[in-house]
Amino acid sequence: MILCLLEHEAGVPTQVGAEAVGFAGTLAARLGEPLEVVALGPGAEAALVRAPAGDVLHAGLVDLAGYAPRAWAHALADLLDRGGVSAVLAPGSERGNEVMAYLAARRDLPLATNCVSVTPGDPWALTRNRWAGSLFEDAELGGDAPRLLTVTLGATRPGPEPGTAPAGEVRRLPTHADTDDLRVVVGEEVPPSGEGVSLADARVIVSGGRGVGGEEGFGLLEELAGLLGAAVGCSRVVTSEGWRPHRDQVGQTGTRVAPDLYIACGISGAIQHMVGCKSAKKILAINTDPDAPIMAKADYSVVGDLHAVVPAIVEELRRVRAGEGRCPW
Amino acid sequence: MALRVLVAVKRVPAVGGKIVVTDDGREVDTRFLGFTMSPHEECALEEAVRLVQTHGGESTVLTLGPPESEEQLRYALSLGIDRAVLLETSGQEAGPRATAAEIAAAIGALEAANGPFGLLLFGNEAPDTGDFQVGIRVAEALGRPCVTGVKHLEVGDDHLVAWRDHGAAQELYRVGLPAVIAVKEGLNLPRYPSLPGRLKAKSKPLDRHPVSPAGDALRTVGLRLPPAEARRTVPLGTGAEAATRVVEVLDELGVLAR
Ligand SMILES: Cc1cc2nc3c(=O)[nH]c(=O)nc-3n(C[C@H](O)[C@H](O)[C@H](O)COP(=O)(O)OP(=O)(O)OC[C@H]3O[C@@H](n4cnc5c(N)ncnc54)[C@H](O)[C@@H]3O)c2cc1C
Ligand SMILES: Nc1ncnc2c1ncn2[C@@H]1O[C@H](COP(=O)(O)O)[C@@H](O)[C@H]1O
Repeated sequence: MILCLLEHEAGVPTQVGAEAVGFAGTLAARLGEPLEVVALGPGAEAALVRAPAGDVLHAGLVDLAGYAPRAWAHALADLLDRGGVSAVLAPGSERGNEVMAYLAARRDLPLATNCVSVTPGDPWALTRNRWAGSLFEDAELGGDAPRLLTVTLGATRPGPEPGTAPAGEVRRLPTHADTDDLRVVVGEEVPPSGEGVSLADARVIVSGGRGVGGEEGFGLLEELAGLLGAAVGCSRVVTSEGWRPHRDQVGQTGTRVAPDLYIACGISGAIQHMVGCKSAKKILAINTDPDAPIMAKADYSVVGDLHAVVPAIVEELRRVRAGEGRCPW
Repeated sequence: MALRVLVAVKRVPAVGGKIVVTDDGREVDTRFLGFTMSPHEECALEEAVRLVQTHGGESTVLTLGPPESEEQLRYALSLGIDRAVLLETSGQEAGPRATAAEIAAAIGALEAANGPFGLLLFGNEAPDTGDFQVGIRVAEALGRPCVTGVKHLEVGDDHLVAWRDHGAAQELYRVGLPAVIAVKEGLNLPRYPSLPGRLKAKSKPLDRHPVSPAGDALRTVGLRLPPAEARRTVPLGTGAEAATRVVEVLDELGVLAR
C-alpha cells in the first residue's frame, strides 16, 4: 500500500497537499496497490472529506491542539508498523518535508525530497529538484520498503475534485504522542498584520535590484506601485545592502510569487531570483544591459536606465488617467 | 550564562544567470564562479557571533566536504566565529543521511572533549540539494528538540523562543536548551567580513578530521537542466520613449483597471 500525508489548513487541503495526493494515487495505480490517505491535526476529518482520493482515510490526532512535527511523524510510523507499506509520500512543503525528515530519522531511512517524478522498479528511478527547481537531479532509490518521498509543487495535477472519487472509509487514528514528541509544538500563532498588499497575494509586483542604487531609489518604484495597486519586491542584493526588509525579497531564499505581472527593474536575473518570480504570468524587465540574463527570460524588455524609464511610465500613466473619461479603464 | 554555539555550513557552487552542468552530467560547472554557502547559513553564522557577544561562550563552525571547504570555514572565521572543524572527505558527494550521521558523531566527540553545545545552528535547507533534513536528523541522533524555518530567535538561560512564518501568520515555538535550530535568511542582516577580521581568521584554529561517509540507497545518477520555460521576449523600446508602449502593454494585460 501507499501512504500519503494530506496537508491541510484547518480542514481545507492546500494546493501542494492536494497535488501530492494526486501524485500518490497515480503511483498506487501503477503499482496496483491501495492508497491510504492520512490527515493529522485539527480539521483532519474535514480535509479528508474534501479530498477523497484514497481507499482508506485516516484522521489522526484530532485532539492535539496544533502542529507538532515529531508527533505527526510518530503517527505515520505507527501506520508503518502494520507492515505492507511500499512508500510514504507527503507534499514538499515546509511541513511535509519537516514531518518526513522526522520519520526518516526515526526509521533511519533515506528521504528523497521535492520529487518531480517517480518510476517504480528495481531500484526506483526518480527526478527531484535541485536549486529550488532550477536544476533536476536524476536519482535511484534502492533498499527496502518503505520508500520515503516528498512531492514538489507543480509536479502533478491535484487529485480528483471532491465528489468525483469514491470516498473511502474514515478511520480515526489512536494517538501515541510521547513527551519527546511534544517538545516541539506551536506555542502560539500570531495572525498577519494585514497592512498593505502582500507579495504573495499581489496581482502586480514592481521589483527592484542593485540597479535601483539605494534605499531612496525605491521611492520611484513605490510611486509606480501605488498607481498600479502593486506590491514592491526586491532582489537579494537589495536586502543584504539593507535597502529593503527581507520580507520584500523574491527568490530561492525569499518569497515565491505568482502575480499577473512582475516588473523587474535593475535586476540581472540570477537563477535564484528567477525561481521566485517564474510563476508570474508576464515579466517585464527594465535594464541598462541588453545582455542581462533577465532580458531573455522576460516577456517584455525595455533597455534603459530605470531612473529615466520608471518616471516616464509614471508620467504616462498619470497623463492617460487624467483623460480617464476618454479611456477604456 | 556562557553559551557554546556550533554552526554547520556547506560548500556549494556559486551560480548566477544560468547553471552549467559539466560534460559528464555529474556536477555543476564551477570554473567561472567558484563556491559559496547558503544565505541561510550566513545568517546562522551572524546569529552565533552575536549570541556569543551577548552571552559569552564560544562559537564553532563545522563543515563536511572536500579539503577546499577550508575557504568557507575561513570566511566564517573572518566574521568572528572562534574555531573551525573540517570533516574532510575525498570529494565525493555525501547524501543527507550520511552527512547527518557524520556531523552527529563529530558533535559527540567535540562535546566529550570540550563540553556541551547549548545551541546547534543549521541552514533550513542546502541551496543545491535542498534536502530539508540534515538538522532534524542530527537533532534526533542527539535527542534534542529542533525548530526549523526560524526567522527570529531569542535565547534565554535554559530555553529559547523561536518564530517562523506559516503562510502570512507567524508561529512561536518555545523549547529547552540544548536545542537545534534550522534558520532562514531574514533572521538578521549578516555583516560583511572586515579586513582585520580576515587577517585574524588566518590564525584561528581549524581542525581537520578525515571521514568516509557511508553510501546510501538514495544515489544521484546525474544532473540536467529542466525543460526551458517558453517565453518569447518582446522588446518595448529604449529609454524613456518606451513608456508609451509600456503603458499600452499594461492596458492590454488588464492591470490598469482599478
Ligand atoms: C543560495 C543562494 C540563494 C539566493 N537567493 C536569492 C533570492 O532569494 N533572491 C535573489 O534575488 N537573489 C538570491 N541570491 C543572489 C543571486 O545569486 C544574485 O546575486 C542576486 O539576485 C543579484 O541581484 P541583482 O539582480 O539585484 O544584482 P546584480 O546581479 O548586480 O544585477 C544588477 C542589474 O541591474 C542592472 N542595472 C544597473 N544599473 C541600472 C540602472 N540604472 N537601470 C537599469 N538597470 C540597471 C545591471 O545591468 C544588472 O543587470 C541567492 C544566492 C545564493 C547563492
Ligand atoms: N556537508 C555539510 N556540511 C555541514 N553542514 C551541512 C552539510 N550539508 C548540509 N548541512 C547543514 O544542513 C543544512 C540543511 O541541509 P539539507 O538537509 O541538505 O538541505 C544546511 O543548511 C547546513 O547547515
